[in-house]
Amino acid sequence: MSRPIVIENASLYGDTTASLLIEDGVITAVGEVTAPEGAVVVDATGLVALPGLVDLHTHLREPGREDAETIETGSRAAARGGWTAVFAMANTNPVADTAGVVEQVWSRGREIGLVDVFPVGAVTVGLKGEHLSEMGAMAHSKANVRLFSDDGVCVYDPVIMRRALEYVKTFDGAIVQHAQDLRLTEGSQMHEGEVSAELGLAGWPAVAEESIVARDALLAEHVGSRVHVQHLSTAGSVEIIRWAKARGISVTAEATPHHLLLTDESARTYDPLFKVNPPLRTQSDVDALRAAVADGTIDIIATDHAPHAAEDKDCEWAAASFGMLGLETALGVIQKALVDTGALTWRDVARLMSENPARIGKVEDQHGRPLAEGEPANITLVDPNEAWTVDGAQLASRASNTPYGGMELPGRAVATLLRGEPTHLSPRFEGAFA
Amino acid sequence: MRHLLSTQDLSRDDAILILDTAAQMAATQEREVRKLPTLRGKTVVNLFFEDSTRTRISFEAAAKRLSADVINFSAKGSSVSKGESLKDTALTLQAMGADAVVVRHWASGAAYQLAHGGWLHGSVLNAGDGTHQHPTQSLLDAFTMRRHLVSDPTGADLAGLTVAIVGDVLHSRVARSNVHLLHTLGAKVVLVAPATLVPVGIDPWPCDVVHTLDQALEAYDIDALMMLRVQRERMTGGGSAFFPSPAEYTRLFGLDGDRMRRLPDHAIVMHPGPMNRGLEISAEAADSPRSVIVEQVANGVAVRMAALYLLLAGEEGAQ
Repeated sequence: MSRPIVIENASLYGDTTASLLIEDGVITAVGEVTAPEGAVVVDATGLVALPGLVDLHTHLREPGREDAETIETGSRAAARGGWTAVFAMANTNPVADTAGVVEQVWSRGREIGLVDVFPVGAVTVGLKGEHLSEMGAMAHSKANVRLFSDDGVCVYDPVIMRRALEYVKTFDGAIVQHAQDLRLTEGSQMHEGEVSAELGLAGWPAVAEESIVARDALLAEHVGSRVHVQHLSTAGSVEIIRWAKARGISVTAEATPHHLLLTDESARTYDPLFKVNPPLRTQSDVDALRAAVADGTIDIIATDHAPHAAEDKDCEWAAASFGMLGLETALGVIQKALVDTGALTWRDVARLMSENPARIGKVEDQHGRPLAEGEPANITLVDPNEAWTVDGAQLASRASNTPYGGMELPGRAVATLLRGEPTHLSPRFEGAFA
Repeated sequence: MRHLLSTQDLSRDDAILILDTAAQMAATQEREVRKLPTLRGKTVVNLFFEDSTRTRISFEAAAKRLSADVINFSAKGSSVSKGESLKDTALTLQAMGADAVVVRHWASGAAYQLAHGGWLHGSVLNAGDGTHQHPTQSLLDAFTMRRHLVSDPTGADLAGLTVAIVGDVLHSRVARSNVHLLHTLGAKVVLVAPATLVPVGIDPWPCDVVHTLDQALEAYDIDALMMLRVQRERMTGGGSAFFPSPAEYTRLFGLDGDRMRRLPDHAIVMHPGPMNRGLEISAEAADSPRSVIVEQVANGVAVRMAALYLLLAGEEGAQ
């Protein structure tokens, strides 16, 4: 049995100051708290307490690309970033398209214990878009999979997409779509626009995302199912989601920190650290995404944490892999782009990065819970005044492909508790827990 | 000037300096002994990740006529195969003590990465990167235009001239380089292409765009007409084709004798080579007295001599 923990004078959701008592992994008192004998007392003055963050979009790369990330290194990166749960995408090798693979990932996550790892199952066998995978078996496995995605590839065939949307209703699942018209993006390297025209890099047009978002919203409406659209990147996609929600379609949408901060201008460096799929768009897209995050059109912020080995990034732009690290920088980037600019409060951050993703991922009984008595002690303490400079080599991920190297972020997670157990502690707290 | 990567980096004065230097270099090539001692002891590496015999021998001739030591390094590989990486190649060249690296690469941006990757100290001269830039090609084009179309060329720009560039702009590094350089030198640029071969996002480019060659001949007093090479596979790629057929391309964009005769008398016909005779240009046009296509090749050597000279010999003066 671990020692009780008292978090003193934290700013809950950035609103009210209170102390929290944690015993046996549960929050047992909120408000004025008297520390029991032997308790660990943490002075959280000036810190924001949030429910542990939930990332609906993580690539842990294990099995298959353990040179880029493992479930262990990815879990550590997640804990350091303030996450208590991550949804591990299916594009591993072998692909997570069977109960065996998802159970392996799930149980490896449990063994490591730094973050709850919830595997996402593949929609189609081998992510090939041809045959539905055995989603029922994955749903009924120990991993209890509820989200299915061919992420990295779009479920392109409209009939397969329709069947998938219908089929997952059987076990209250959802299809998580990487919206990308494959034909319109063959060989694409970056956002198609003024910068791609000048740089001579093949364009990835906004319409290739928007047409699939529209199609899938209509399909979800037609079959009465639930679709979650990943990494929205264009102003047009935002408009379509807004329309679909107004129409009552069961659609949810996510945005990534990088699409909320960076633009296609960064491709002028030809540095593949900025190469990502969907690509970084224009400032007006960034502005539209920020507005949509603030007004609730976009439901969640997720990282699309995508580690890549050095040789897959230290090369020509066109030869490089798509994707960037995100777990450890997400909170700081969101603070910089949205909180410090006044677009979001910390209360909103809790909704976008914990409560909503837990609900969409069907883990709302364990994660994204209120900071209230009787609730599981999944808690992230944020120091909004601990500015730090990002250095890829210092991140916990095995890979170091961050686009934020050298950038100063205004704040970071300084402690993460998973069911009352510290999974990440800034050096300032290590003494208290010793 | 440390590197020559893109014509966008060149000011009007830079460009005119290169052209004037090229004119001096061209004059030396009329002498009995054409070799100059200028770059003796310097090593120039021709690093070609993509086949281009014409460009490579042009650079090789330029470097040799300046007495540089030339190493040809062919690192050809397909766009997806990652044999030797750009970084490892750069480190190798650095270890060999390359003073300048002339790089041709299938990937847009490769020359920029080579110059800015921190792997290599020498000057980088872009000899064509993907569909991005090919600065010495546009410099030799400007040089050729200035010689033919400007009465007192030394020190002059191309103000008042109208240049039409016809063909596959989307995939053309020659077009991108020329639009910026010709604009910097004061010329008016008209791009002539089917809309499928014009990049999305072209609005900020300092040029006009029209969609048939006849329209361009009608609307502009063209001083130089530059025909771009069109790759047949771009027209025969089934559902991905940019144009219905080679025959239709030739009908709408090809330069034949009749269209050529509609040009003003002084106008010149250019092509960066290699030509598809019968597709974008007829034999009559290619071989006519207006055609300066062969001269472009000769001028290429002079311009490349100038670029190497300014990058390498200038270096010591600056220190």
